[in-house]
Amino acid sequence: MNVRALIPPAVLFLAPALTAIGIFFFLPVGAALVLSFTDFDIYALASFDNTRFVGFRNYGQLFQDPLFWIALRNTVYFLVVGGPLSIAVSLGAALLVHSRLARWKPLFRFVYFAPVVTTLVAVAIVWRFIYHPRFGLLNYVLSLAGIEPIDWLGDPSWAMPAIILLAVWKNFGYNMIIFIAGLQNIPDSLYEAASIDGAGGWQQFWRITVPMLAPTTLFITIITMIGYFQLFAEPYVMTQGGPMKSTLSIVLLMYEQGFRWWNMGYAAALAFVLFAFILAGSLLQSRLQRRVGE
Amino acid sequence: MKRRLATTVLHAVLLVIGVATLTPLAWMVSASFMQSGEASTFPPPFLPSSPTLEQYTSLFTRLNLARYLVNSVVVSVAVTLISLVINSMAGFAFAKYRFRGRRGLFNTLIASMVIPAQVTMLPLFLLLNKMGVINTYLGVIIPGMASIFGIFLIRQFAMSIPDSLLEAARMEGAGDFRVYRSVILPLCKPILLTLAIFTFMGTWNDFLWPLIVMTDDSMYTLPVALANMSGEHVQDTELMMAGAVLTVLPVLVLFAALQRYYLSGIMAGSVKE
Repeated sequence: MNVRALIPPAVLFLAPALTAIGIFFFLPVGAALVLSFTDFDIYALASFDNTRFVGFRNYGQLFQDPLFWIALRNTVYFLVVGGPLSIAVSLGAALLVHSRLARWKPLFRFVYFAPVVTTLVAVAIVWRFIYHPRFGLLNYVLSLAGIEPIDWLGDPSWAMPAIILLAVWKNFGYNMIIFIAGLQNIPDSLYEAASIDGAGGWQQFWRITVPMLAPTTLFITIITMIGYFQLFAEPYVMTQGGPMKSTLSIVLLMYEQGFRWWNMGYAAALAFVLFAFILAGSLLQSRLQRRVGE
Repeated sequence: MKRRLATTVLHAVLLVIGVATLTPLAWMVSASFMQSGEASTFPPPFLPSSPTLEQYTSLFTRLNLARYLVNSVVVSVAVTLISLVINSMAGFAFAKYRFRGRRGLFNTLIASMVIPAQVTMLPLFLLLNKMGVINTYLGVIIPGMASIFGIFLIRQFAMSIPDSLLEAARMEGAGDFRVYRSVILPLCKPILLTLAIFTFMGTWNDFLWPLIVMTDDSMYTLPVALANMSGEHVQDTELMMAGAVLTVLPVLVLFAALQRYYLSGIMAGSVKE
C-alpha cells in the first residue's frame, strides 16, 4: 500500500515548508518570549539547569538601563530623520525618472538602483574611508566649497548624520522603483483635465500626484520603518556604536548583550521591545492607510 | 523654448544624482587598484597613478579570501536551491489545493512577516547549537530553507495559472507530483527566477546571522570576513577596497544580468491583498 495515497497531496506539498518555518521560526519566537522571562546567561549555556524564571525582571532592568534609552534614542533619531529623508529622495528621484521629458530612463533607473543590491558591509567600509577626516573624499569635496574638515565618524554629533547619509544613498533606489510604479498607475487623463482647468505643475503635483500616491507612500513608510528599526551593520562596521555611544542601536545592543556577553534573557527582552515597536508602528500606519483608503 | 530649458535642467539634475550615486562605487574600484598607502594622501587621488593588482594578490595569498568566497558561494547557492523547491511546493499548495484552514494558515503566515528576524536569533542559536551545526554551512542554510515571502510570491503567481491546464494534465494521467513538476514549475519560471535572485542576494549580503553562527575564521562568509578584516586593517584602505569590490561585484553583475526579474519581484512584494 502506497503511503502517499493516504496523505492528502496538499499536506505533502506543504509539509517541508511548514516544518521548516515551524521549527526554525515560530518555535524560536515562542522560545524567545520564554527566554525573556529567564536569567539565561553564560552559565546556562553550559547547562540549562542554571536558568531560573525571573518574571518581568529583564524588562524592569531594561527600562532602568541608560544604555537602552541611549540605543532607543539613537534608533528613533535614525528612523525619524533618515526615514522621511530617504522617502523624500526616493520620491524626487522617481518623479525625475518618470518625467515625460526624461530620456535614458532605464540607464538612470539602473544607476540609482545599483547601491540597493550592494553588500551593506562592503559599502559601509567604503563610506568609512569616504568619511575619513583627512583623506576622505567627502571632506575634500566640501573643502572646495570652503567648508572646514568634519570628523564625520569621530564626532558624536556627526556620526549619526553620517550613517543616515549612507543609508539614504544605499536605500533610495528601492522605494524609487515602487514610487515609479505608483506614478505609472495615475491615469494621464487626470493631468490633462487639470491642465485644461488651468492648474500649473505645482498644483497638479499637490492635488493629483500626492493624493493618488498616498497608498504607495504609506506602504513605503511601513517597510522603511521596519527596515530602519533594525539598524545594525552600519554602526557595527563604521563606529562600533561610538563615539560616546552616539550610534549604538537597539539591534547592536541586543547583539552585544546576547552574543558578546551571553546575557540571553536580557537580550531576548530587548528583542521583544524591538518587536513591540515595529508592531505598534505597523498597526498605526495600516490604520492610517485604512482611513486614507476610505 | 521653455520646454527645452526644462529638459536641460531635468537632465542636469538626473546626471548630478547619478554621479553622486556612482562616485562611492567608482572610488572603491579605483582605490582597489592603487599602491598601498596611495589613497591616504591629500588631496585624495581619484585614479591610481600606476594601477596594480597587488591588493587582489595579497587578499588571495595572505588573507585567505578564496576560502571566504567559497563559503559565500556554497551557502548562497544551497539556500537558493533548497528554498526554491520548498517554497514553490508550498506556494503551489496554497494556490491550487482546497483544504480546511487554508485561508487561516496563509493569513497567519503573512501576518507573522511583521516579526523581525532578530527575535528568533537567540533561541535559534541555542537550537542549532544543540543540533551541533553552529559553525557549519548548515547553520546558515537551515534557517533559510523556507521563507514566507517566497511562498507568498509563488502563490500569487501560481494563482494566475488556469485550472484547466492542471485538469488537462490530470486527464492524461499525471499525478499530483507530476502536475507540480511538469506544469507548475515550467510555467512559474519567471517568478522562480525572481525568487532565486532575491534569495541569492539576500543570503550573499546577509551579515548579522552569519556573524552569529560562524564562530570560526575559516567559516566566515565574505561580509563577515570583510568586517573582521576591516577591524585589523584599518590603515590598509586599498586592500579593503579590493575586498569590497570582490564582495559587491558578483551581486552587481547578477543584478545587471537579471534586472527585470529583480525589479518585478519588488513590485510583486509591494502588492499585498
